[in-house]
Amino acid sequence: MYAQMITSEKSSDDPELLAAFQARIDRGERIEPKEWMPEGYRKTLIRQIGQHAHSEIVGQLPEGNWITRAPTLERKQILLAKVQDEAGHGLYLYSACETLGISRDELFDRLHSGAMKYSSIFNYPTLTWADMGAVGWLVDGAAIMNQVPLQRTSYGPYARAMVRICKEESFHQRQGYTIMMKMAQGTPEQKAMAQDALNRFWYPSLMMFGPSDKDSVHSAQNMAWKIKINTNDELRQRFVNETVPQARYLGLEVPDENLTWNEDKQGWDFSEPDWSEFFAVLKGDGPCNEERLGARRKAWDDGEWFRDGLTAYAEKQAARRKAHAAE
Amino acid sequence: MSKKEWPLWEVFIRGQHGLNHRHVGSLHAPDAEMAINHARDVYTRRKEGVSIWVVPSAQITASAPSEKGALFDPAESKVYRHPTFYDIPDEVGHM
Amino acid sequence: MVALDLDRQTLFDWLLRLGDNALILGHRTSEWCGHGPVLEEDIALANTALDLIGHCQMWYTLAAEIEGKARTADNLAYLRDAIQFKNVKLVELPNGDMGQTIMREFLFDAFHFELLTALTGSTDPKVAEIAAKAVKEVAYQLDRSSDLVVRLGDGTEESHRRMQAALDYLWPYVGEMFVADATDDALAEAGIAPRLAEIQTKWEAIVTDTLEEATLTRPDRRPDVHTGGKQGRHTEHLGYILAEMQFLQRAYPGAEW
Repeated sequence: MYAQMITSEKSSDDPELLAAFQARIDRGERIEPKEWMPEGYRKTLIRQIGQHAHSEIVGQLPEGNWITRAPTLERKQILLAKVQDEAGHGLYLYSACETLGISRDELFDRLHSGAMKYSSIFNYPTLTWADMGAVGWLVDGAAIMNQVPLQRTSYGPYARAMVRICKEESFHQRQGYTIMMKMAQGTPEQKAMAQDALNRFWYPSLMMFGPSDKDSVHSAQNMAWKIKINTNDELRQRFVNETVPQARYLGLEVPDENLTWNEDKQGWDFSEPDWSEFFAVLKGDGPCNEERLGARRKAWDDGEWFRDGLTAYAEKQAARRKAHAAE
Repeated sequence: MSKKEWPLWEVFIRGQHGLNHRHVGSLHAPDAEMAINHARDVYTRRKEGVSIWVVPSAQITASAPSEKGALFDPAESKVYRHPTFYDIPDEVGHM
Repeated sequence: MVALDLDRQTLFDWLLRLGDNALILGHRTSEWCGHGPVLEEDIALANTALDLIGHCQMWYTLAAEIEGKARTADNLAYLRDAIQFKNVKLVELPNGDMGQTIMREFLFDAFHFELLTALTGSTDPKVAEIAAKAVKEVAYQLDRSSDLVVRLGDGTEESHRRMQAALDYLWPYVGEMFVADATDDALAEAGIAPRLAEIQTKWEAIVTDTLEEATLTRPDRRPDVHTGGKQGRHTEHLGYILAEMQFLQRAYPGAEW
């Protein structure tokens, strides 16, 4: 999901070391910081964990958009707490990534320059309050689907970050779904708003799992290294199977005329998303790419004096204490 | 980009009725006092009665990789607010 | 419309002041979510906003109970126009940069903390109860904002300049917190609330100490240039805040969310 277009970095490491490393992973052992790892493993993880972290903080923006317009005090608090959690998740993931020998500031630098990406779902706009429902229900739902298996990923700090994140993510999906329920059972205008949100977020949510397996490059090495646990299609199918009944319960229509129950596979047959749209958004032509990255760059640049001011004070205090101690 | 990055700190928390400080994660702060404040905001959401330790990550000495055993336990208890008053009807299935 | 018992109406108005201050400041603070200068700060600001919104719910719920017209906290937040809001002007001012946001918060926190501390001894047990819950969070807010004022004031030349500029801009608004009107007098006489002059003395002490440590200069200007918020005469900013905040409830009257 965050590893879209990640090619496993090639390793020019000793084949014996590589084999021993692979054996550890096959035995289900966790790889911890400071332990030997192929350079390709390290680089791939930096990119995946880093992009996962970037997704969390960029992901604050589409929902953050509606905090000031939340329609009740309770919804205001819940949305604020959720968006705050995204920042927290970003923080856990950046911390996990830093154990691989890269600083958080460097990661931000790569995000702002465009060298690293974030999940392309966040390049879609949130146009109505119902989008808060759809995002929580579908986008967080898809994220959960991806994150639960990652609790078993091979790299220790990443796995532990996933455990913590998964505990909090359920609240996120539930708050979205209850928004949808309220609206689907509300006034005709609210119901129409809910249906419209589902219409706009359905296919982009399916895209979150990445291209179809047949078009997905270089996953084999990531799966062997247990950086990737399930294939894109596996997760996407699982997501559809879980979500369709939830949509039906709401009395809403999934915007897919080809949606049919397949008795043999005990799952839903569904239409693939428009992959050309996916690649276009990834490339930079999504509805909000500029706004999202622009907002992150602005927050960073505007905040420079703040960070530097606090650093300066800390240094002054340290110097004062030293001078005082010397007296 | 800021020329000087805030150092990284490891955070250890002992809950109100806990026996030990447990490692809960890390954060960036310009000094120890702010690290404590940030830890309170980030890892406890300001719950009362918790004890917080912060240590610069660079000050932590870790055992050599050949020694087995996890250094840091996964965080045990959730420290974030969880409104649990969501009524998801059973028919909808697991969420 | 049946005229309320004067005491009730007065108490209602006074409770709205507390609730409105918390809501508007909480709302302003929440605007930072996702745009903070550093992740840890983003999380801290969200905590502050969450605390304040929680407080406003408590004050509004009590206010509605006193009013006795079956209004809810949400009704009070979402269905009153600016002229009916009783917050001080200070809290509705724009966030500006982090300097302006933190300085605004500090100047208000010092007042808020001292007021809530006094209210824990209120002759009205419900007021005292809410104050007791809120004061712990506000104590932390004050700790944090005053600490940041010191650090940024005594940081770099630029952070110092921005904090001073924020202080200069906000100073003419702080006086309103202490300008007592008939409502404030009535509440003080009833022992429900303290005299604002007492709160002001305590506020002065905190502010003087903090500004000195922050190497900032107290502005040489009247602090009570801009008043009227408590009486419903606001700056132009409040209208925009409410238009945004209340839009959904106004556009879809009666809908449940």
